[in-house]
Amino acid sequence: MTFIKSAICALAGATALCGGFAAAAWAQNEQFIPRLVYRTGPYAPNGIPFADGYADYLDMLNARDGGVDGVKLVYEECEDGYNNDKGVECYERLKGKGPTGAALVDPLSTGITYALIERATADKVPIVSMGYGRADASYGPVFPYVFTYPVTYWEGADAIITYIAQQEGGVAKLKGKKIGLIYHDSAYGKEPIATLEKLAQLDGFTFEKFPVSPPGIDQKATWLQIRQKRPNWMLMWGWGVMNSTAIKEAAAVGYPMDHFIGIWWSGAEPDVAPAGKAGIGYKAAVFHGTGTDFGVIRDIKHYLYDKGQGKTKVDKIGEVLYVRGVINALYDMEALHTAHKKFGNKPLTGEQVRWGLENLDLTAARITELGAEGLIAPMKISCENHGGHGLVRMQQWDGAHWKYASDWIEPHHDLLDPMYKASALAYAKEKNITPRDCSKTQS
Amino acid sequence: MLYREAGQFKTSYAADQAIFTIPQDRAAFWILLALGFIAIPLVASEYVLLTIMIPFLVFALAAIGLNILTGYAGQLSLGTGGFMAVGAFTAYKLTTALPGLDIVFVFLLSGLVAAAVGIVFGLPSLRIKGFYLAVATLAAQFFLIWLFNKLPWFSNYSPSGVIGAPPRAALGLVTVTGAEASPVAKYLFTLAFVAILALAAKNLVRGRFGRSWMAIRDMDIAAEIIGIRPLNAKLSAFAVSSFYVGIAGALWAFIYTGGVEALAFDIDRSFQILFMIIIGGLGSILGSFLGAAFITLLPILLDRGGEALGLPVPVNVLTNLEDMIFGGLIILFLIAEPRGLARLWQIGKEKLRLWPFPH
Amino acid sequence: MELLHALVIDPIGAIADNPEFLLEVVIGGLLTGVMYSLVALGFVLIYKASGIFNFAQGVMVLFAALCFVGQLQLGMPLVMALLSTVAIMIALAFVIERVVLRPLVNQEPIILFMATIGITFFLTGLGQLVWGGDVKTLDIGLPKDPLIIGGVLVNEFDLTAAAVAGLLVAGLALFFQKTSIGRALRAVADDHQAALSVGIPLKTIWVIVWSVAGIVGLVAGIMWGTNLGVQFSLALVALKALPVLILGGFTSIPGAIVGGLIVGAGEKVAEVFWGPAFGGAIEDWFAYVLALVFLLFRPQGLFGERIIERV
Repeated sequence: MTFIKSAICALAGATALCGGFAAAAWAQNEQFIPRLVYRTGPYAPNGIPFADGYADYLDMLNARDGGVDGVKLVYEECEDGYNNDKGVECYERLKGKGPTGAALVDPLSTGITYALIERATADKVPIVSMGYGRADASYGPVFPYVFTYPVTYWEGADAIITYIAQQEGGVAKLKGKKIGLIYHDSAYGKEPIATLEKLAQLDGFTFEKFPVSPPGIDQKATWLQIRQKRPNWMLMWGWGVMNSTAIKEAAAVGYPMDHFIGIWWSGAEPDVAPAGKAGIGYKAAVFHGTGTDFGVIRDIKHYLYDKGQGKTKVDKIGEVLYVRGVINALYDMEALHTAHKKFGNKPLTGEQVRWGLENLDLTAARITELGAEGLIAPMKISCENHGGHGLVRMQQWDGAHWKYASDWIEPHHDLLDPMYKASALAYAKEKNITPRDCSKTQS
Repeated sequence: MLYREAGQFKTSYAADQAIFTIPQDRAAFWILLALGFIAIPLVASEYVLLTIMIPFLVFALAAIGLNILTGYAGQLSLGTGGFMAVGAFTAYKLTTALPGLDIVFVFLLSGLVAAAVGIVFGLPSLRIKGFYLAVATLAAQFFLIWLFNKLPWFSNYSPSGVIGAPPRAALGLVTVTGAEASPVAKYLFTLAFVAILALAAKNLVRGRFGRSWMAIRDMDIAAEIIGIRPLNAKLSAFAVSSFYVGIAGALWAFIYTGGVEALAFDIDRSFQILFMIIIGGLGSILGSFLGAAFITLLPILLDRGGEALGLPVPVNVLTNLEDMIFGGLIILFLIAEPRGLARLWQIGKEKLRLWPFPH
Repeated sequence: MELLHALVIDPIGAIADNPEFLLEVVIGGLLTGVMYSLVALGFVLIYKASGIFNFAQGVMVLFAALCFVGQLQLGMPLVMALLSTVAIMIALAFVIERVVLRPLVNQEPIILFMATIGITFFLTGLGQLVWGGDVKTLDIGLPKDPLIIGGVLVNEFDLTAAAVAGLLVAGLALFFQKTSIGRALRAVADDHQAALSVGIPLKTIWVIVWSVAGIVGLVAGIMWGTNLGVQFSLALVALKALPVLILGGFTSIPGAIVGGLIVGAGEKVAEVFWGPAFGGAIEDWFAYVLALVFLLFRPQGLFGERIIERV
């Protein structure tokens, strides 16, 4: 079959059909990283800084250490415009590149993550959906190739409620309170609802839903409703233009900003900047620090920006989404490093990287070594748990910078882990997947 | 020279009414089918099959559906995405409720349900015409997507509202959905569906229904006077069109992406398919294929072409340039032939009759 | 019974309990509707004069706003940036007439519609290529604070938008009724061939109409851009203008305003009082259902020209 294929290919010279326009020769000691990015279209303001941060970290590693453990990193960006079809095309285009194929893929879109889960699992390419995608994919036995670390939307929702309880003076005070959620009416925005409904039941608060149909450029009706129902706290799961519009409308109806908390995708500079002064006091949950005062960011500045390289302007490198891009790359490269210990310092296949991801153990000591102390919290991945049990903290916008508003908060894993498992098993049943037995997959 | 009808006589009514009356056309048709069913699966890579051929075929099917309604019956529709969603979600509900039902029947039944929904939203066409009719189909578009997004029943109470295709076999033979299905099986299954339905559409538009649709399109009052009932003609066009579009939606969700949320069928999808039939040619089955190829393949070709040039430009610059070139090409093609690619093909054929001796 | 409760008794009860809130919702809706009308006006101008449904209007809004805010960020004074953007939109109209409309003269409306889609792609690429894809804050000093008037909450910005829309419509009405160009425009709208035969230059008229639509787009872009920040999503406001257009009629300037008011108020009242019964986010489709109900009684839109059919 392969022979026939190559024979026909040779005869027809139909390179276009035979998979790829340029069958470039790959250097043998290079690790290929596919990059699905969106630098154009409606979500570009959020996509650009993230893509810049990721690329800068890889460039910095190449400049500083010659890659990861001596294996040079090469990456290629493919513009998907936050469009699911285009994202799938980008993935298929890039997955076979490099001497060993794609190491892993970061879709940076909940929709694209959903579209890739089956494909990537069949292709043995790990998906790292860092703080987005399917929360129940944290249950490793059903989703061997999907990683959701360091935290999921469900953990985010839970941590925000914990924070609210702290502010109110204890979980008991939540009883009788009203907590609202304004959300992007899509797969992404609906993720936290089940968790919040469960918590409402446990803690005795009333939970109100306020859906906004995408893109969410007009939310007057929603905010009038919120004004009338007067929830004590508002949560937001928004993305793109919806975030800044919501902040502006919240200010227009006089909602107290410090009682308005967004998820991490609703808490960056492009979200608050268009709202101007109205956004002061707005809070958001994050799973990492921000700013430039970290070893790794200083290294990026030193090895790239001081030499006139780097993807963006130097004053943007402390922004929330930029830093998040750096962190995504840092986690990914740490997985490569982990896998190198088992398979040797050479380019790895997706399957080998998957092993590295599953055995990733970021201790406090290692984080300090990486120059990310205070930037990220320790976490450990296992076969059972692809979510890493990371930590969440709150940040607040003061009109010019994001400032921490809380210490690290630990989500209630004892509550959420069984929920992941139940949901993942339902998925497995529908798809005829037999869950792996984790006691047998020892490292 | 190569393409000449002189000397070809038709000796029976059957021959006179064949789809392809000229042997050269017949040969071309069979060669195309052979290419599609034999050569492409042998040669094409997984990338080509999964990300180029399958979406192209599904879009072509949806475009045929919309072309029946807009191109043949003259009823402008911006609800294609909504009807695709009906097909996709019905197929999901059917196959999860009745796992034993063969996927072929699941898809056909989903098409029927979409047809029924199409009839309901087609009712206002009896009174509203032209661009204003777009409102009825837009209402369908926004309402249906909202409905599937809002009612968890449609996605079997999945927390995110995403439906995923379970593994199913076609005619009990070979698995065509789910992660395990081979790309070739998926491709051939889609191609078979599209080929059979396209052939059926070609015959339908040549028959009594097609004639009544075209009469309504050209002038509905005149059509009514010569005895065509607008009610039957318009609603049958809505039904047949939605049937095709519904099946395309089911194929999209089950064969192409494997998992979709309702928003995958939003208004952008409707516009995309409308562009296909205008560029390809209104009122032409061939045009539906050509238009689908233009709208889906050209951006990928531009993208790959730009990449192959190896210009040292960032991807966003490249993407913006591609958008500009794509827009320019649309205008260029329209100026070259406003009646679509299908008409361009026809003109080409007429030239071929004389070529290479034009005098 | 429960359904009846959710659909009839609860909403009516909520309205009766708090009529001021209803007033607030209606006023909020009317003011939002004005913002939709600003975008719809651009569509109407071009449709009226040339029978083209200009799919590119949304992108023209984005493009104008991008040029404006981009030049502001380069340090140009406000008035200069405004004038230069107007000049750019007029130049754009010239190019569109020369490159797209003239070769396609006398083609069917749907073909011209498709050509405007080509323009859409082109401008999307060009705008982002020149000015970048990140979000740009636009603040030209329009007031934005909430106001309480007689116990009803309104936003100063919305009032400004309403005033701008009012001025724009008044200006356009004067332009159409009192100037000779306006008379020529109306003649072209009535009958192309008759207008040509009395010596009205069709090409000039088209350039003027597209220029005016571009300038209306700039105004809409400034208003929406102040609200949302100038970014790609501005192009999507065109979707909100669609039901307004259909309801008001494609050919009527007052129709665009009245349509906007009806759609704005209608969808907000529906969302606030009836949304909860359906699980929320109903305003998108409700706008179309509202337009559909009106059209069933008046198939040519509220202010559209009567459709006369002869065989």
